[in-house]
Amino acid sequence: MKIDWPRKDYSRIPFSVYHDPELYQREMEQVFRGKCWSYLAFEAEVPKPGDFRTTWVGDTPVVVSRDQDGQLHAFVNRCSHRGAQIVREVAGHCKTSHVCIYHRWSYSTQGKLEGVPFRRGLKGQGGMPADFDVQAHHPKALRLANYHGVLFGTFSDEAESIESYLGEFGTSMIKRFMHKPIKILGYTRQHIEGNWKLYAENLRDTYHASLLHEFFVTYGVDRATQKGGVRMDDRHRHNMNYAFSNSDTQSQATEAYAGIKGVELDRMRLSDLKILDYRPEFADGLNLATPTFFPNAIIIQINNSLSSRQIRPKGVDSHEIFQTLFGYEDDTEEMVRHRLISANLVGPAGLVSMEDGEAIEIVQKATRRETLDHSLVEMGGLGPLSDLEHRVTETPIRGFWSYWSELMGVEPEGGIR
Amino acid sequence: MNAQAMWEAMSFLSEYGLLLDQDKLEEWTLLFEPQAEYKVCSRENEEMGLPAALMWCDNRDMLSDRIQSYRNVNEHNFHWARHVIGLPQVLQDSAHQLHFQASYSLFQTNLEGMSRLFSVGRYDFVCSRTPAGLRLLQATVIADTGLVKTLLAAPI
Repeated sequence: MKIDWPRKDYSRIPFSVYHDPELYQREMEQVFRGKCWSYLAFEAEVPKPGDFRTTWVGDTPVVVSRDQDGQLHAFVNRCSHRGAQIVREVAGHCKTSHVCIYHRWSYSTQGKLEGVPFRRGLKGQGGMPADFDVQAHHPKALRLANYHGVLFGTFSDEAESIESYLGEFGTSMIKRFMHKPIKILGYTRQHIEGNWKLYAENLRDTYHASLLHEFFVTYGVDRATQKGGVRMDDRHRHNMNYAFSNSDTQSQATEAYAGIKGVELDRMRLSDLKILDYRPEFADGLNLATPTFFPNAIIIQINNSLSSRQIRPKGVDSHEIFQTLFGYEDDTEEMVRHRLISANLVGPAGLVSMEDGEAIEIVQKATRRETLDHSLVEMGGLGPLSDLEHRVTETPIRGFWSYWSELMGVEPEGGIR
Repeated sequence: MNAQAMWEAMSFLSEYGLLLDQDKLEEWTLLFEPQAEYKVCSRENEEMGLPAALMWCDNRDMLSDRIQSYRNVNEHNFHWARHVIGLPQVLQDSAHQLHFQASYSLFQTNLEGMSRLFSVGRYDFVCSRTPAGLRLLQATVIADTGLVKTLLAAPI
């Protein structure tokens, strides 16, 4: 398989990458089952022995389970016998074992095959062959890493350690969010008719944030004139957009956005401003911090709303965004309420995030017949990639493609990253 | 079973749905008391006892802000909305308040005429009785459809 990259620095993305079904099959193997780590869930979602939650790695269904001794496991949610889903609930608690309903094969909370009904037959008749080895038929297990309460999984024996994979950048950001025990506040789900990589790109595109999401600009939650920037890890696979609110003035913003068609700073006036209240709670003073983790996740702070989002590919032309909202165990009731009011900004109905669903769908629609053409990713410059002290850039998108290409084995000769 | 209460609830639901479908969103907010709470949450969270919502306005000003943002600031998929609301069940009926629930389906039709089922769920409404008719004090929309297609911009 070969991709015809118009430039070697990933500043041109062929539209075929969003539509080619063969490419999709390959990335489910090479990316999601390749040597990278995928976000699975939070440890706080499976707090007690026997607790489980279903999740996805690419389009593979996976169970995250805490066994009776408190150890965490991740395994493919597929019965070793005929391939049925073992766990059918979204999440729950398992008292003894997970039982596939089809022929009642049972699995331990560690994800090991334990019981095969009528294995020895009845009255000497039927049953499995005498040499059938239960030990040889466990569901496929993932390596699981618990990094400060964030769970990652990989199918690869060759994947580097989680610390090395996340790098200084990723590990420090996770420690920032997970500095004390979290409390899950709920979930949202969004179905987007577009290739999953359009969402991965969207998360790395700081250029769009204050243009598409006009609410950001109007209320200074996030605008390009604020102090902020983009950071990437050494391999440019993970990235972060960050900003400090109140670091620009209304007149600087007015001047910067003057003349941009479609964006105005004064089109609305909120009558209840509490949706914008921000109570500083992190030592670094950021009100916006959005570290992404290749390939499938982001942890987002927008003011006091905190959440993770997981990309769940559902075929070449659609995906689900599964968002987990959280606060901290020691939040007061009033603080929980404040976080939930802040959460009006995020998710599928979020005042500064709903538009992403529409933007991705209109790209998917308009590029279907243009697979020989390509998009332009030049904002922020061409050539080698680097961190930036500003946010008028889409450079991290190029970082995503460089690592994706490496995993897929489709790098251009002499690729620049 | 009080036929009058049933009639009031049905009339109210019909007005509620048709105002939304006719894009009279500002008029729709007048069906709420100033201190009213409007919340859209998923049945998934509700059944797990988790408090997070898709939309949560704890007074009418906040709801008007949502509408203003929808009109002026947010981008969304162009569509017409169509609410199909089932018969209400009256849960509590007093001189001052009426509490009832009803099932709803919400369809979206794009500008090329293609319709899709967007959301199905249940309304749980507590209304005050006023001289002008019922006015919402607490409107909870519990969406069975937790998987939001594309995005949710206008209220349900």
